[in-house]
Amino acid sequence: MEPRTTADVGGMGHAIKRKEDPRFIRGKGTYVDDIQLPGMVYLDIVRSPFAHAKLTAIRTEAALKVPGVLAVITGETLAQFNLHWMPTLMSDTQMVLPTEKVMYQAQEVAGVIATSRYAAADGVEAVEVDYEPLPVVVDPFKALEPGSPVLRTDKKDKKDNRIFHWEVGDKAGTDRAFAEADVRVKQDIYIPRIHVASIETCGCIADFDRVKGRLTVYMTTQAPHAIRTVIALVAGHVGLSEEKIRVISPDIGGGFGGKVPVYPGYVIAVAASVVLGRPVKWIEDRMENLQADSFARDYHITAEIAAKRDGTMTGLRIKTIADHGYADAAANPSKFPAGLFSICTGSYDFQHAFAEVDGVYTNKPPGGIAYRCSFRVTEAVHTIERMTDLLAQQLGMDPAELRLKNFVRKDQFPYRSALGWEYDSGDYHAALKKAMDRIGYAELRKEQAEKRKRGELMGIGISSFTEIVGAGPSKHFDILGIKMFDSAEIRVHPTGKATARFGTKSQGQGHETTYAQIVAEELGIPAAHVEVEEGDTDTAPYGLGTYASRSTATAGAAGAMAARKIREKARKIAAHLLEVSEDDLVWEPGKFSVKGAPQKSKTIQDIAFAAYTNHPQGMEAGLEAVAYYDPPNLTFPFGSYICVVDIDRGTGEVKVRRFVAVDDCGNIINPMIVDGQIHGGLTMGLAPALLEEISYDASGNIQGGSFMDYLLPTAMETPSWETDKTVTPSPHHPLGAKGVGESATVGAPPAIANAVVDALSHLGVRHIDIPITPEKVWRILKEKGVAE
Amino acid sequence: MATHTITLTVNGAAHTAQVESRLLLVHLLREVLRLTGTHIGCDTTHCGACTVLLDGEPVKSCTVLAVQADGRQVMTVEGLEKDGKLDPIQEGFMQEHGLQCGYCTPGMMMTGYALLTRNTKPSEREIRQAISGNLCRCTGYVNIVKAVQYAAAKQQ
Repeated sequence: MEPRTTADVGGMGHAIKRKEDPRFIRGKGTYVDDIQLPGMVYLDIVRSPFAHAKLTAIRTEAALKVPGVLAVITGETLAQFNLHWMPTLMSDTQMVLPTEKVMYQAQEVAGVIATSRYAAADGVEAVEVDYEPLPVVVDPFKALEPGSPVLRTDKKDKKDNRIFHWEVGDKAGTDRAFAEADVRVKQDIYIPRIHVASIETCGCIADFDRVKGRLTVYMTTQAPHAIRTVIALVAGHVGLSEEKIRVISPDIGGGFGGKVPVYPGYVIAVAASVVLGRPVKWIEDRMENLQADSFARDYHITAEIAAKRDGTMTGLRIKTIADHGYADAAANPSKFPAGLFSICTGSYDFQHAFAEVDGVYTNKPPGGIAYRCSFRVTEAVHTIERMTDLLAQQLGMDPAELRLKNFVRKDQFPYRSALGWEYDSGDYHAALKKAMDRIGYAELRKEQAEKRKRGELMGIGISSFTEIVGAGPSKHFDILGIKMFDSAEIRVHPTGKATARFGTKSQGQGHETTYAQIVAEELGIPAAHVEVEEGDTDTAPYGLGTYASRSTATAGAAGAMAARKIREKARKIAAHLLEVSEDDLVWEPGKFSVKGAPQKSKTIQDIAFAAYTNHPQGMEAGLEAVAYYDPPNLTFPFGSYICVVDIDRGTGEVKVRRFVAVDDCGNIINPMIVDGQIHGGLTMGLAPALLEEISYDASGNIQGGSFMDYLLPTAMETPSWETDKTVTPSPHHPLGAKGVGESATVGAPPAIANAVVDALSHLGVRHIDIPITPEKVWRILKEKGVAE
Repeated sequence: MATHTITLTVNGAAHTAQVESRLLLVHLLREVLRLTGTHIGCDTTHCGACTVLLDGEPVKSCTVLAVQADGRQVMTVEGLEKDGKLDPIQEGFMQEHGLQCGYCTPGMMMTGYALLTRNTKPSEREIRQAISGNLCRCTGYVNIVKAVQYAAAKQQ
C-alpha cells in the first residue's frame, strides 16, 4: 500500500523515526527506579526457601534493630486490614503475605522497610522465620491423582488440585473422524515453563498522601487503568477509592506480559506507604523476578491428527494438563481459562476438532501469563505446527506440500474454524510460497539430500501460523468483568497541533510514534505535531492496556474513530468558513476543499484555529473527541516462516543458518517498527526453542532462577533474521491493520523445532521437546550412533 | 560499616563522595550523582544494562565497587553527547531503529562506543561478539548491529 500522506505528514506506511528515541539515546528516559521522591524509603522482601511449608514463627526483633530499618510487615500486619489476600485476574485468590503456610519457593514472607536499599537488604537477612516443611507437589499429573495432598486448604470445599476443566469443539464428530481416518498421528508435547525476563524487572513507588487521602503509584504496569480498579477493589475498604488513586506507568523497560499481573510486592509497598505515610519504593532484583513473578506456558499436551491417505486433514484432538502453580494467576479474559488455545486448528481447514484443558495447582509460583503471546496462542501454534510435520513424516510427504494442501483457501474468508473462531482474512498459500521462493526451498532440499549422503546434518523447518489478537469484542471478552474495549482521546489545539491520549501503555512498541501516525493519517496533522500520552490514569481515558498484540487492534482503532469524529466536526467548521454546504466539501489528508473549486480550501490547521476563534454560532467550541472502541471481531495475523539449521555432530549444537519470516499483519502503520517487532519476536521465539526453561526438582527448588542458568539469547546465538511480508488487510478494523508484536514469538519455535527434527528424521527421530539444547541433541546423536 | 572518601571523574566532571565500602558503582552513579541513564537489569553481571566505561574500558558497574573507581575516569551514556552534538553511536541507534524499550540501550551504546575506539572497522561478527555481554529482549540485535555499523561508517 502506497502511503496516502506525504512524508512531511508521516501518516500510515511511512518509516518515520521514533519520537521516543531522543530521550532514550541520551539516557533521559524515566523508568520507575529512576524516580526519587522526597522522604522515600525502600522495601525489600523476605522469601521462602521452601516450596511448601507451615509457617510457625516470624521473629522481627533483630531486623528492627538494624540501622535504617523502619518496619517489618508480615501477613499478620496485613491481616489487621484484611489485605493479606488478593484476587487474581482469573478470579482465584492469592496470598499477599502468608499467615499460615508458604506454597512455593521464593514466595513473599515479609517486607522490610528501611531508609536505604542496602539497609532494607540487611533487614531481610535479619528476619528469622521458622518453617515446618510439608509434602511438595511438583508434577501436575501426580497432583491430579487421588491421594495427592490437597494444596489449596484455604478453599473450604476444595477436595483436589484441579482448578478447572475446559473443553471446546465437537467431541463425537471428532471421535468419528478419527474412527474413519486412514492415518492417525499422536504425540506428547511439553511446552516448558519460561519467563519473559524483560531487562527491566518489576517495581513501584507507592506514595500515599495522608492529608489528601490520595495514593499515587508509579508502577511497571502494562495496564494502569485495570490496576487502579484492582487496587480500589482490594483496598477500597481501607479508604482507597478509585478517584483517589493515580497509577502512573512511566517508561517501561519491556513487558511481554510479565507486567500485567499484580504482584504481592506492589501491594506490600502500597500498604507500607499507607502505614508509614512516606513514599515506598520496591524494585525486585533479577532472581526475584525469575523465581517469583508470573511464568508462561507449562502445558503438557497430547495431540492427535486424523487424515486421509492423500494428506487431507480431517480431525484434531488435543488433551492438555496446564500447570498453573499455586494459584490461577493467568491474565486471560475471564471466559477463557485456557486463553485462546482453541486457535489450535491453525491455518488448516479441519472439519472436526476437539480440545480440552485441565488446570492444575502445584507448589510453584502462580501464573500462566503470556510470554509475548496472545493468551496461549504459542502453545496452540507449536502443537499444530509440530503435528503437521509429524503427519508429513508419517505420510512421507513434503511438509510444505502438506501445508499447501490443507490451508484454508483465500476464497474461504471470512472463515469459521471448527472451534468457533471467525478468521477475518488471509492468504496462507501466498505467504508460504513467498517464503519458499525467498529461501530457495527446492535448492535447500537438494543440498540436504547431498549432505545426508556425506553424513552431515542439515534440516529445514516450516511454520505457517495463524495468530488471534486484538482482544476483544465485549460480547465475549472481559477481565474481572471489565469489557476489553480500548480508548483514545484527541485534542486539537488552536494552533493545529494535537495531544492524543490512549488507554494502552507502550513498553517499547513505539506507540508515541505509531499512534501519532494514525492521527496524521486521519487528520493530516503531521505526526511530528501530535504528542501521544499514555500510562497516567489521571489523564488518559480508561483502557485495558497493552498485551496480547491488542494496542493497534483496539486503541489504534479508537484513535482512528476519535480522529474521524473530529473530522466530521471539522467539516462543519470548514463549511461555515467557506460558506458552502457540507456536502460540497471533499476531504484529502489535511484539508477540505470545495468540489469543483479546489483553490477554495481550508486546512485542518485553519479549521482548528477557527474552532476556538470563529466557530459557527450554535456549535460547541473546541476540536476534540473521545472514542471507546469495541472491536467487532478479533484480528488474525498470519505468516510462514522457514528455518535452516545445521547440527554439529560433535557437540549437538544447533546453528540457525537462515531464517526467513514472511509476515502478514494487514495494513502497516510504520514499516520500520513492524520489522523491529518481528526481529524481537523471532528472538523471543528462538529463546524457548533452543535455550530457555525453568524447571523444578522434586523438592520444588527452582532450576533456572538467575541469568547464570536461565539463558537469554545473546547476539551470538541470534541469527540475522530475514523478513518479508504480504499484506491482507483486516476487513473490520478501521485502518485494515491487525497487530504484529507477538506473531513472530508465536510462529518461530515450531519452525526451529521442525528444522531440527527434519535434520534427524532419517535417523527415525519424530519429535524433540523444546528447548532443544545441545545436550538433548547430543544424546540423540549418541543413541543413533552418529555422534562424532 | 566503614566509609571512604573517593574522588572520581564522571563525564569530565570531578566528584567527591563519601561512600560505604559495599556501595556499587552503579548505585553511586544512579542514586548519588543522579545519572540515571545507566540501568540495572540483573544481579549476576550477565545483562550489561549497567555498562559504563572505566578509564575507557567497558565494565559492568553492578560488579564494580564505588571505591574501585577512586581516582579514575568514568564515562556514562550522559557523556556521549558533546556540545549538543550526538555521538555517532547515538545517531546510529536512532537511525537504524536499534532500540525499542530503551532499557538496554545505554549499556549497549557504551559497549559499541568502546568497540569503535579500538576497532574502527568491525565486521558483523566482531560487533556481535563485542555486544554478547549485553542482553536485549526487544530488538533481536539485527538493528543494533546496523547501528554500530552506522556509527563506524560515520566515523570514517
